Amino acid sequence: MVKLLSRFRYHILIFFAVIGPGFITAMVDNDSGGIYTYSAAGAKYGYLPLWTLLPITGVLIIAQEMCSRMGAVTGKGLSDLIREEFGLRITFVMMTLLVLVNMTNVMAEFAGVASSLELFHVSRYVSVPLSGVAVWFLVVKGTYRSVEKIFLFSCVLYVTYIISGFLVNPDWKEAAIYSVKPVLLFDSGYIYMLIGMVGTTIAPWMQFYLQSAVVEKGVTAKEYAASRVEVVVGCIMTDVIAFFIIVACAGAIYSVAPKDIQDAKEAALGLKPFGQYAFLLFSAGLFNASIFAACILPLSTAYSVCEGLGFEAGVNRRMREAPIFYVLYTALIVVGAGVVLIPNFPLVRMILLSQVLNGVLLPLVLIFMVILINKSDLMGEWVNSRWFNVATWVTVIVMIGLTLAQVGIAVKGTP
Amino acid sequence: MADNLLFFSELLGMPVLDLKGRRIGRVKDAALVPVVHASRIDRFLVTGGLTWLTIRWDQIRSISLHKGLSLSDEVLTPYHDDEYMLRIGRDLLDQQIIDVTGRKVVRVNDVTLEIQNDGARDSLAVLEVDVGLRSVLRRLLQGALPPRWIRRLQERIPPNSIRWEFANVIEPDPLRRLRLNISYEKLEEMHPADLADIVEDLSPAERGAIFETIDNEVAADTLSEVEDPKMQASILEGLEPEKAADIVEEMAPDEAADILSELEEGASEEILEEMDSEPKTEVRELLEFEEDTAGGLMNTEFVALHENASVDDALAALRGNEDLLDGLNALFLVDSEERLIAAVPLARLFVAAGDAKLRGLAAETLIQAGVDQPQDRITELFDKYNLLTLPVVDDDGKLAGVITADDVISILRKK
Repeated sequence: MVKLLSRFRYHILIFFAVIGPGFITAMVDNDSGGIYTYSAAGAKYGYLPLWTLLPITGVLIIAQEMCSRMGAVTGKGLSDLIREEFGLRITFVMMTLLVLVNMTNVMAEFAGVASSLELFHVSRYVSVPLSGVAVWFLVVKGTYRSVEKIFLFSCVLYVTYIISGFLVNPDWKEAAIYSVKPVLLFDSGYIYMLIGMVGTTIAPWMQFYLQSAVVEKGVTAKEYAASRVEVVVGCIMTDVIAFFIIVACAGAIYSVAPKDIQDAKEAALGLKPFGQYAFLLFSAGLFNASIFAACILPLSTAYSVCEGLGFEAGVNRRMREAPIFYVLYTALIVVGAGVVLIPNFPLVRMILLSQVLNGVLLPLVLIFMVILINKSDLMGEWVNSRWFNVATWVTVIVMIGLTLAQVGIAVKGTP
Repeated sequence: MADNLLFFSELLGMPVLDLKGRRIGRVKDAALVPVVHASRIDRFLVTGGLTWLTIRWDQIRSISLHKGLSLSDEVLTPYHDDEYMLRIGRDLLDQQIIDVTGRKVVRVNDVTLEIQNDGARDSLAVLEVDVGLRSVLRRLLQGALPPRWIRRLQERIPPNSIRWEFANVIEPDPLRRLRLNISYEKLEEMHPADLADIVEDLSPAERGAIFETIDNEVAADTLSEVEDPKMQASILEGLEPEKAADIVEEMAPDEAADILSELEEGASEEILEEMDSEPKTEVRELLEFEEDTAGGLMNTEFVALHENASVDDALAALRGNEDLLDGLNALFLVDSEERLIAAVPLARLFVAAGDAKLRGLAAETLIQAGVDQPQDRITELFDKYNLLTLPVVDDDGKLAGVITADDVISILRKK
């Protein structure tokens, strides 16, 4: 009995020792863009889109699990492996795309910071430069451990969405029904929205970040079982948050009058009639999500690029030792935060462009991941099983199809 | 750019001409055979149609950037792999390499070869492995632009290369069964702290490869310099228990105990079994204490004398414990029950007469700590009394061990 208890304690310890990478990556998935997508879905179609969250969770788990497994088994980041197995030229193309896609993502995150703090009457000319500087210092002056703690705390703050979901007092019965009952409307706006929801689920940078974080954390193949649990729990939590965002907007906006919202700020304002707290919590959540992603994106980009191209990287190196790393990291923040301050900057067009580039990059990343994880000289006994491979290829093909559809719609213009 | 240099990226795809000047194929890869010659390219792999052929270095007449490889002997053998071959394209390009002089881990982008002429024929020797931006550019453009143009373009970028003699290639992959005859002397000459920095940047398999190879004493010093306790543990776990035990024996008992306490019980027991009996008992005793108490921090490397001993006795005792001298700065006096009576600063021995009683040289106040004193209290004592060494006593007042200032600095750094 004592032995059993101590074994249980051992497992719990291992779990908390590996917690971090999976949770953080899954949570950052709900960045300002994600929150906007879910809010817009809830505001226009109410509870109908909820059913998509179940398959989305599945897809997310499949993709994240592969990356954390590769990280734990090989001890190398995804861009390391791509470089070693596919050569410099392909790596270079991918890294260029990754920088461009992430650059526009960083812009979107800082725009999220600006608009969420404007809800609290803070001018963007104050909030954006300050958060840019704060983000830069946090990562450059912090250590991996301290930064991870702050990130994990940030994950906890997502609970604001759950509370604001409750405060709006939505129709829980309907929410429950539509969570499991698929509804397909042959309405172009509805289909576009569904594609958008799935499209925001897997971003290329997440795969790079997660794998590097697992490596940095020092998770080994032995502890991997606990890491897998963490990934799964993280993915489920992410979609629980998404559920509450949709439900809050469905209860507050859709049930009053369905409408198209233009940004996440409008969703927060729509919650205002349901009390000051619902509004405040929703806005605070948006700020948290934006700044959280604004921390992680530039960092993960700089890491991936330097790993892949073989430059010195890491915040524990001095600037003289890792010049390219620091230049890239700083440039991403400066440009990302800077453009938000330029009046009349075509941010929407940039985000559209980023979706197109994303549509080129994501299929590459996913296909490479599946090829890598099936290499037995890399993964040994940890290669995909046959059934997992079938599930993975289906996921990859569906994701590629949906992403390309999203690109097509983005290029042609929203219906 | 000197004409006798040839980059590997230029060699790839170069035409191979037979005795009559007809093209029989293109270069696919080149290989060193380190057991035969450390830097000469021994074989060229060529493909004409479907089969790969091997060209030995002595079958070549001339090598030039414009004309390619001209043969002096047309009798070529089909390619077959053997374990002595280090193929530059497959085994070296894009892989991580340790730059021992720069103390970092970088990636091989290209290889600089030198065309040497011995009167009868041209041969190639590996001169440098190229890392950094210049070689990235060269690799990317090769094939897209004529080599001459690329050479002119890259001149603006400062070169960044590692001389072949200074680069150590680690080949841990058991499937390729490649063993290089590279000496690890260069690694062993480095300061353990620098070596630890390199080790931290590598993947687990490569870490294992380094620790397998280097001298036990160097390995022990390096292992204690690795900052992350989890990484220390996983390095030990990756080694054969006998090798791990040999390394642990070389470590200070307190550090050995710290690392072993990070391991799973079974694994640490295996290592302890393999150890010699004397260090084993010391480590075992230390393992009994909680990690963050005085008992867990202390080591057993101290010199204790009877309270009536003289300076001459002390010097004799020191001569008998020469391996302890490096870190020693105080002697301890105990009574016949081994209870701690006083501490004598080592420097006072030099100015005292040989027959002087140690008792008279002792520090006025004796600062000591009990084995279960918490770590915070210990750091406080060091700060308050400016200590270099703090004796630790057990519940009966017997001297159990000492904590030294470097242990305290490690604690403070971890916070």
